[in-house]
Amino acid sequence: MTTIPGAPTRPATVAPSPASTTRAPRRGRRRPPARLLVRGALSVLALATAAVWAFPVYWMLISSLLPNVRLTSGSPVFWPTRASLDNFTAVLEGGTFLPALRMSLAVTFLTVGAAIVLAFLAALAVSRYRFRGRRSFVFTVLIVQMLPAEGLFIAQYKLLGSAQLLNSVIGISVLYAAAVVPFTIWMLRGFVAGVPVELEEAAMVDGLSRTQAFLRITLPLLAPGLIASGVYAFLQAWNEFTLALVVLPAESAKTLPVWLRGFVQASASREVDWGQVMAASTLLALPVIGFFLLVQGRMTSGLVSGAVKG
Amino acid sequence: MPRTLDHPPQAPALRARRRPRVPYALLAPAVLLLLAALAYPVGWQLFTSLHQFGLAQQFGASAEFVGLGNYARLVTDPGLWSVVLRSLAFCLVNAVVTMAIGVLLALLMKAVPRAVALVLQVSLLLAWAMPVVAAMTVWRWLFDYRRGVVNHLLTQLGFDFVGHSWLEQPLSFFFVATVVIVWMSVPFVAFSVYAGLTQVPDEVLEAAQIDGANARQRFTGIILPMVRPVLALVLLLQVIWDLRVFAQIKLLQDAGGVPSETNLLGTYIYQVGVGSGDFGAASAVSVFVLALTITLSWPYVRTLLREEGP
Repeated sequence: MTTIPGAPTRPATVAPSPASTTRAPRRGRRRPPARLLVRGALSVLALATAAVWAFPVYWMLISSLLPNVRLTSGSPVFWPTRASLDNFTAVLEGGTFLPALRMSLAVTFLTVGAAIVLAFLAALAVSRYRFRGRRSFVFTVLIVQMLPAEGLFIAQYKLLGSAQLLNSVIGISVLYAAAVVPFTIWMLRGFVAGVPVELEEAAMVDGLSRTQAFLRITLPLLAPGLIASGVYAFLQAWNEFTLALVVLPAESAKTLPVWLRGFVQASASREVDWGQVMAASTLLALPVIGFFLLVQGRMTSGLVSGAVKG
Repeated sequence: MPRTLDHPPQAPALRARRRPRVPYALLAPAVLLLLAALAYPVGWQLFTSLHQFGLAQQFGASAEFVGLGNYARLVTDPGLWSVVLRSLAFCLVNAVVTMAIGVLLALLMKAVPRAVALVLQVSLLLAWAMPVVAAMTVWRWLFDYRRGVVNHLLTQLGFDFVGHSWLEQPLSFFFVATVVIVWMSVPFVAFSVYAGLTQVPDEVLEAAQIDGANARQRFTGIILPMVRPVLALVLLLQVIWDLRVFAQIKLLQDAGGVPSETNLLGTYIYQVGVGSGDFGAASAVSVFVLALTITLSWPYVRTLLREEGP
């Protein structure tokens, strides 16, 4: 038993040592309540933190259900009685949401498709083959992830300008795909390495061709990785703001985040219609929140296991 | 696929010798994309930072080579230095506050009963999943000077915040920005550290407890060394992200911040480049940000590379 002099003792967290029979009952009564008290206090703290953290999202939702008159007169409404979807109808009927939604869907679709295909091929190369230049490629992928978007957008703006691709779906999708491909390669590389080549080879011994073996054995095992990296690409393309603001200057080519900014500014010309603005924010956020809740565990654990193993 | 076989290194090596072109073909699409969308802009950025852009260039005249003139001009510009110092200070404050709260919440998640931890995790996920533009819109509504709930609550508590405008003064502008950024970044830190904490084996902690180590000693002696890689990675990412924060500052400036007093590096590049068309100066600042980011991330990249092997 080692004791460190001067170290403060905290009875609540130290395990009960085997006590003499006469004192055992007293300890038995005293210690668990103390520990329960600490646990209870920590629980209250955790629930309070949870409430504070979720409050902005809650506020967005209930504000989107209330008419602007109720939001801007009198004291704030903390519980939405007589809620309605009028704000959502107004936003949809405003005529600018649907074009932006179409733009965002097209950009996101292209980005996700391109990122998955390219990253998958590259991940296969990196984790299934040893070849000259492999190390420098992995090195480049790592470095590229550190490039700050804000240090590049002027150059990318000029690049798209000279290729006549400003305000185009193709132009911004190419830039988005390039931005997510390094991380998706990094992510898929782990998944590919997790599928042993032997499985594929065994299937080939059983008479499948290399392609068949790959399609029937390896691809299904990689599906979770492909989905996770696809959702990652989706989140990036759907949420990205800075590049879209710079390379999509035309009113007709706004993605949803840029549209939302414009919507707030237009609404703010006199007095902000917070009800509608919150409805617009909700429309932007809900699909993301849904997808995110599905995959975040895989994304965090992948990142952390990489760091811990490293 | 939990079963990971240590596939013998000969097998891939053999295949590589047999068909040396396959991995390069697999890599080609990703490499081409990265070259076009990232490498070319970086090159353009470097090239442009050595040239003088003015009104004439907007009408098609070719830019004059000025060597390090743009850099010299920036280095002697007190405006730039205040932006750099402001960015560094903002980055440090945000990264430190985010890390502190994130680690505390991760420890809290471990200490409370499962159900309570789940509630906290779900509300953190909500904040994490919010798209930045939607999140900024909600926070703008929360801090609205007329009807914002923050002013209302502070007034209820007895302070005079009726009609208080948060974004007019740079200091309170950055306070609001910090609140929003910490709110958005803490979940990532908390989940990563929590995932790291769950990898600390309970037996080791129990053994230490039996040996008489108190909670603080167990934390600094066992838990901290084991989660240090995660902490280092997450801190690095926070610093990099907070250094180049753009969307949050830009959107708060829309809402009433004074740009000249609240610019950070990202918005400064935007203002100089997109706003005034001085691509030379904007590129010089971009190159500075690129260099700064790579310098900061270098130690992390080197550690990762060391494990990657040949």
